[in-house]
Amino acid sequence: MSALPRVTRRRAVTAAVVLVLLAAATVWAVLPERAAWTAQDLRITVRSGPAGDQPVDLDARFLLPRERSGKVPAVLLAHGFGGTKDSVRQDAESLAARGYAVLTWTAQGFGRSTGQIHLDSPDYEVKDAQRLLDWLARRPEVRTDTAGDPRVGVVGGSYGGALALLLAGQDQRVDAIVPSITWNDLGRAFLPQSAATDATGVFKKGWAGVFFGSSSGGDDPACGRFAADVCRAYLSMATSGTPDQAALDLLRKSSPATVLDRIKAPTLLVQGAVDTLFPLSEADANAKGIAATGTPVKVAWFTGGHDGGAGPGSDQDRVKFLTAQWLDHYVKGDGAAPGDDFTWSRVAGFSAMDRDLVTNGYSAPAYPGITGTGNARLTLTGSAQPIANPPNGNPAALSALPGLGSRLSSLLSGNVASDIPGQHATFATAPLTGSIEVAGAPALALRAASPTGEAVLFVKLYDVDPAGAPTLSAGLVAPVRLTGLPERIGDARPVTVTLPAIVRRLEAGHTLQVVVATSDQAFLSPAAPATYTVAVDGQLTLPTLVGTAISSPAAIWWYALGALIAAVLLGLVVLLLFRRARRRRRVIAVNQAYAGTPLVVTGLRKAYQDGFVAVEEIGFTVERGQVVGLLGPNGAGKTTTLRVLMGLTTPTAGEIHVFGHRLVPGAQILSRVGALVEGPGFLPHLTGYENLRAYWRATGRPWEDARFDEALEIAGLGASVHRRTKNYSHGMRQRLAIAQAMLGLPELLVLDEPTDGLDPPQIAEMRRVLQRYATDGRAVLVSSHLLAEVEQTCTHAVVVNKGRIVASGPVEEIVGESPSVAIDVTDVPAATEILTGLGVRSVTPDGASSLIVDMNGTPRAEVVASLVRAGVGVDRVVPRRRLEDAFLALVGDNSRGSGDR
Amino acid sequence: MTASHTNPPGVPPAGGLPPAVPSDAAPAAGRSGAGSDGRDATSAAERPGAAPRRTDAAAGYRPSRTLPIVAEIRRQASRRRTQLALGFMVLLPLIILVAFEFGGGGDSDDDRNGGGAFSSLVDLATSGGLNFALFGLAVSAGFLLVVVFALFAGDTVASEASWGSLRYLLAIPVPRARLLAVKLVVALGYSFLALVLLAGTGLLVGTLRYGWHPLGSTIAAQIPPGQGVLRLLGILAYLAVILLVVAGLAFLLSVLTDAALGAVGGAVLLWILSSILDQITALGSIRDALPTHYSDAWLGLLSTPVQTEDLAKGAISAIVYAVLFWGAAFYRFTRKDITS
Repeated sequence: MSALPRVTRRRAVTAAVVLVLLAAATVWAVLPERAAWTAQDLRITVRSGPAGDQPVDLDARFLLPRERSGKVPAVLLAHGFGGTKDSVRQDAESLAARGYAVLTWTAQGFGRSTGQIHLDSPDYEVKDAQRLLDWLARRPEVRTDTAGDPRVGVVGGSYGGALALLLAGQDQRVDAIVPSITWNDLGRAFLPQSAATDATGVFKKGWAGVFFGSSSGGDDPACGRFAADVCRAYLSMATSGTPDQAALDLLRKSSPATVLDRIKAPTLLVQGAVDTLFPLSEADANAKGIAATGTPVKVAWFTGGHDGGAGPGSDQDRVKFLTAQWLDHYVKGDGAAPGDDFTWSRVAGFSAMDRDLVTNGYSAPAYPGITGTGNARLTLTGSAQPIANPPNGNPAALSALPGLGSRLSSLLSGNVASDIPGQHATFATAPLTGSIEVAGAPALALRAASPTGEAVLFVKLYDVDPAGAPTLSAGLVAPVRLTGLPERIGDARPVTVTLPAIVRRLEAGHTLQVVVATSDQAFLSPAAPATYTVAVDGQLTLPTLVGTAISSPAAIWWYALGALIAAVLLGLVVLLLFRRARRRRRVIAVNQAYAGTPLVVTGLRKAYQDGFVAVEEIGFTVERGQVVGLLGPNGAGKTTTLRVLMGLTTPTAGEIHVFGHRLVPGAQILSRVGALVEGPGFLPHLTGYENLRAYWRATGRPWEDARFDEALEIAGLGASVHRRTKNYSHGMRQRLAIAQAMLGLPELLVLDEPTDGLDPPQIAEMRRVLQRYATDGRAVLVSSHLLAEVEQTCTHAVVVNKGRIVASGPVEEIVGESPSVAIDVTDVPAATEILTGLGVRSVTPDGASSLIVDMNGTPRAEVVASLVRAGVGVDRVVPRRRLEDAFLALVGDNSRGSGDR
Repeated sequence: MTASHTNPPGVPPAGGLPPAVPSDAAPAAGRSGAGSDGRDATSAAERPGAAPRRTDAAAGYRPSRTLPIVAEIRRQASRRRTQLALGFMVLLPLIILVAFEFGGGGDSDDDRNGGGAFSSLVDLATSGGLNFALFGLAVSAGFLLVVVFALFAGDTVASEASWGSLRYLLAIPVPRARLLAVKLVVALGYSFLALVLLAGTGLLVGTLRYGWHPLGSTIAAQIPPGQGVLRLLGILAYLAVILLVVAGLAFLLSVLTDAALGAVGGAVLLWILSSILDQITALGSIRDALPTHYSDAWLGLLSTPVQTEDLAKGAISAIVYAVLFWGAAFYRFTRKDITS
């Protein structure tokens, strides 16, 4: 094989086609589709502030569907905290492609907008949004309900979600809102209190720090771009852990909780179950507040949130679908009213593809809140335990990693959470007898005693598998600040603690552990060291929820797989039937003229793809009983002819008939031909005997037809027949190959250079074997480049040179005595004269003392007698032979083969 | 040299060669000469008028009986590489077992790498026979099984070509399509056998050493042993399907080249290339079309309920690729000139 394939036209075309297809596929995959929307970046100046006199320059982008008929409804799309209009770019584009005019902007205090961060204050950010509604109403492309009232939905997540709620509460022009992962009461979100008391909650320092730290720029290095009052509130809260009234008022003002009763826009609330910042209870409060006034509300939970990110693909698809359905109905006016059914998802396992989690979706006919539709009660056991509060909250237990992104799997498989020895008490249930599908906020009764009368505690619920590995679902903890505690646990009164809502399937055999800890890295705990005593009595209440599984799109792929397999099988069957029919036609077609002749080759021509013509035109016949020699120099085309004869190579032109059957690759008539072509081919790891057996097994013919003993006798390998063929000499392999060709005693035996590698006695034996073989109606075709071999072995000969036949016929005819004689004489001119007088046909001088005489029937004795009588000395009289004549005439003067042409 | 000097090629005993044709149908030797024109009118005229058999093939020859599957299985079974590959499939679980036993107790605290799906399999490997077998599959699926499938499928035709025995099979004649089909079936059979051996040995030694326990994974619930066996079978089936791509590619290369090593190496090379491309997320949706993209989808069978979407996609992708490769192999082989 050459290192580089020859460049032919066919190959070039194939390569070009493949390249073009590859390039097209790449371009198709990489190039975005022509956008279905147009976008325009602009700056909108709005008047902000309580008096509406502070100009703020908003960095905005306005997108319109490229193809629209008439005016289109609008969507105001708000971004999350720390983001810009670019953070919601993809959502904006997909909404615009759905037929909405989309206005996104960077909220004041962020990005390239001016102004300061007021935390969605009704006087600032919400007022800005009202001015943007005015702006939308003036746009000629945007549909309006009445003059100045655009048909608009407001969509946003987190910071943008609260803005949507607050805007809908403040401005009745909003037609629908889709707030996601957002808060109800900002004070409660940052100062959560899970116990049923009035004490101020525990400062969520982790998340607060993440947000406060995300603003840069501004004049005051301490405050960044935060408004002075917001900055002051943060600094005071973060220092003391307890807010002053001004801070509480500020947080209250930025809370949708204050405006829920005024929201008339149908609301789709999307909340994440993996969210330690705004847990499911925030959306629950929003839903209850809005629904109380009769406004349509729909709730959806997904496995994600501020800790969990956008969630698995199936959840993202569900949220996108719900959003589009909501807007289409309530803003655009398309589609049926979305029901108030509730959908959620639960982790099912890890995804094989992206090494993240996979969730299953479920739906229930109505939103059950975070108390579920049922209850499971489990008894917790464990005695009262003393736990230490570390000074300044260090070291602290770890529950979640705020702001560190979304390793869903680590949060849900429990690799993060850890507790500090001595700082936590554990209360456990017995192993579960059956699985429990928890969806909601578990509750328990906690008793605590503290020497200071106060305690900050963190209550967590671990799911512990039978191997003992605990998992803190979504990293959620219930911070508790208790006041008025007795010093002794015996005097403590139970207080109900409601844990954050979780969505989890608790498997049978798992145990649940309630851990009460004194510190948590995400929260600010008291700086002074103290030792509390805690006890959890009685029962743990788990809200349960059973839903119907939302069918996964996987089924479609299984149908597709089934269809594919069916199509492949069908194609295979059709192909087989077609081939069988074609083969049957071919197999029974017999050329009656050649039906009894072992081999008829007519007009054979073989030109290789690279243009080399190995066989120009060859035609000959092998009859029964003949041993035909195919004689020619190396490269004359003998092997190519035999290759075609074995069906290994397809001829360019011409036909071969074996017993009247046209020979094509794989023709059944080949079963009556035995062959040795281009040297032996054996499985090197098998012995000679095993090779013959393996070969005969491959024929599928009856064992007794093989005539093994005769073949082995011909091979004559003796005991060596049981050695591996890789250790054979060249001659041994050759003999074994001849034996293999003779297995089953085929009627036509084709041998390519059979005596190659044999020693003279073996050659003599082989000659006899072949001559014997051809008796009884069999025929042998032997190729050779050795004249003597053909002469001694064959009954007939075909001489080939340069791809053409130059002579053919019975060997005795062409090898036998020719009419010419070579005579060496002492006097050439005299001899010529005498011979001419005798009436011979021609006399040709050949060298200094030799003459070639065409006798024309004159007896040799008479010629010699005449010459001697005339006094010419005769040194030598040699009868010439025709084959030699022919062979030498062709080859002798030019020993180069046709391969060198 | 050999014994041939003392046993020269023997002449068949007298009468050892039975007549090839009934004597009345045999023309006398040399009655008609070999004619260079190939059209011998006299021989046609003198031919007895006996009607030929329908196919005139040799007695007992039927194309559909050539190269029986059993014969091909024996051909391959006698090869050292078959024995070694299958033997290693049995050996590997034992090596892993020994490594676990002497490797320091499998404390996984040091190598907590964030808790991917794979690390959880490592942690759980010693928790029972099912998990042990699963671990053996997981560490082999990426490369070892690829090489084994490529070896069995890629070596099959090319090695016959390189020994020179291919032309003798075709001259029997084994129909080319049948030759390929038998070779393919047997190669796939050995590949699947290797897969089953690996899992079966892992299950056996794992169960003997670690006991018969539920199939565990850290994220989903434990799967009871009975169902765990079904899941394991499902994983085996999926691996078998996804590796059809390697088998297809190696088989195609095996038909295109006479160098067995080139076919095996080429298939493994392209598989690795595809794996690397699949790591480059910038390629976007092109990656979905890569044959290796869904190669890890069997992990979906470890969750409860099972995640089957990627399994279906992976199976579709693998079958499409395999059918394309095999189709190309058959198309090429049934038309090419055998020059080896």
